[in-house]
Amino acid sequence: MTDLEQPWQALRDRLIDAGLLAELGEPGIVALGGDFNRVFDALDALYVHTFADLSAEVWRFPPVEPKGLFEKTDYVASFPQLTGALSAFTGDTRDHAELLRLRATDQQWEDMLHPAGLMMSPAACHPLYEVLAGTLPASGRTCEVLGSCFRHEPSPDPMRMQTFRMHEFVHAGTAASALAHRDETAARLVAMLESLGLEIIYEPANDPFFGRAGKVMAASQREAALKFELLTTVYGPDLPATAIGSANYHNDHFGQAFGIRSADGEIAHTACLGLGLERTVLALLSRHGMSVADWPQSVRSVLWPSNE
Amino acid sequence: MSDHTYEDRLAIREALQQFGRLNRPVAQLSDDSDLFAVGFTSHATVNVMLAIEDALDIEFPDELLNRSTFASIDSLAGAVQLSRGQL
Repeated sequence: MTDLEQPWQALRDRLIDAGLLAELGEPGIVALGGDFNRVFDALDALYVHTFADLSAEVWRFPPVEPKGLFEKTDYVASFPQLTGALSAFTGDTRDHAELLRLRATDQQWEDMLHPAGLMMSPAACHPLYEVLAGTLPASGRTCEVLGSCFRHEPSPDPMRMQTFRMHEFVHAGTAASALAHRDETAARLVAMLESLGLEIIYEPANDPFFGRAGKVMAASQREAALKFELLTTVYGPDLPATAIGSANYHNDHFGQAFGIRSADGEIAHTACLGLGLERTVLALLSRHGMSVADWPQSVRSVLWPSNE
Repeated sequence: MSDHTYEDRLAIREALQQFGRLNRPVAQLSDDSDLFAVGFTSHATVNVMLAIEDALDIEFPDELLNRSTFASIDSLAGAVQLSRGQL
């Protein structure tokens, strides 16, 4: 048992006992119950309200994306270990019979399925870049995307789910406007989370690029200060803080890959601010306790202003 | 300096030519040319690193897996020597 497994187990037990979470048989695949969802909805509404002045276009996408779109992001080159794809049955009666035989004998009948050309979306903003292809208006475009993400990283840490919802404010424009978006929105998100009684650390970070070569990617990302994370302690001050949000500048990576151009004809630069909604609710529950009715009035009045 | 220097640089140039996705032929670059200034990206370092390791039967230690190692043919040659414990 690592030092962390005990606090992870303790938080899972408290959530389950309070009816806020139910396990479904695979790590990081859970059901969310009762007040978890009330806090989730209030948090999300507060987030949208906080950035209402951006007048962001609202976009929603399915939890899967076409393989062609997925390929443009280069995700599998950087994160093969997190990638998930959908398989489907396309066979005939004979194949179906074989599938049933495998299933009846407790063998892996999924081998009878074939790649469906659909990938699980690993980040809420990815499919948005397909929509932004073409030439942007002079001020660029700012959009908000709430989406379900899948990352294959099964873990006993309740903060690390395999599917979770991420709410993002994305900007596409010039290098200057993308950087300004990242830095300004991040500062405001830190303030919003602090108003909910969370202590936030805002610091440079890197994505979990795969393998030894991924170390080069991670070092480059940090050197160029592309990614920042908003972290908070969930398991006490002596254990590592967990990221609940991030602010990313993608340079012209997505602009190049998806054919997005700024008004002056240059390849567009993009940036996004993302808030992990389940993680933030868990951080709040860990901070203020499992009984939402007993949370400090100062926090409740920020989440539910009209009730007060 | 070691006896390997010439072969090392040849292997590095070959790896860059094949996998570097540079916007200029490697033959036009000097050993101290800035590779990132001619289109090298951190994505492309992956295949270049693996090709150099295969060709020279070495393994770059983790502490060398950063951007400055891949900045030039000189810096890659230095990293190869460090990987052999020769510097």
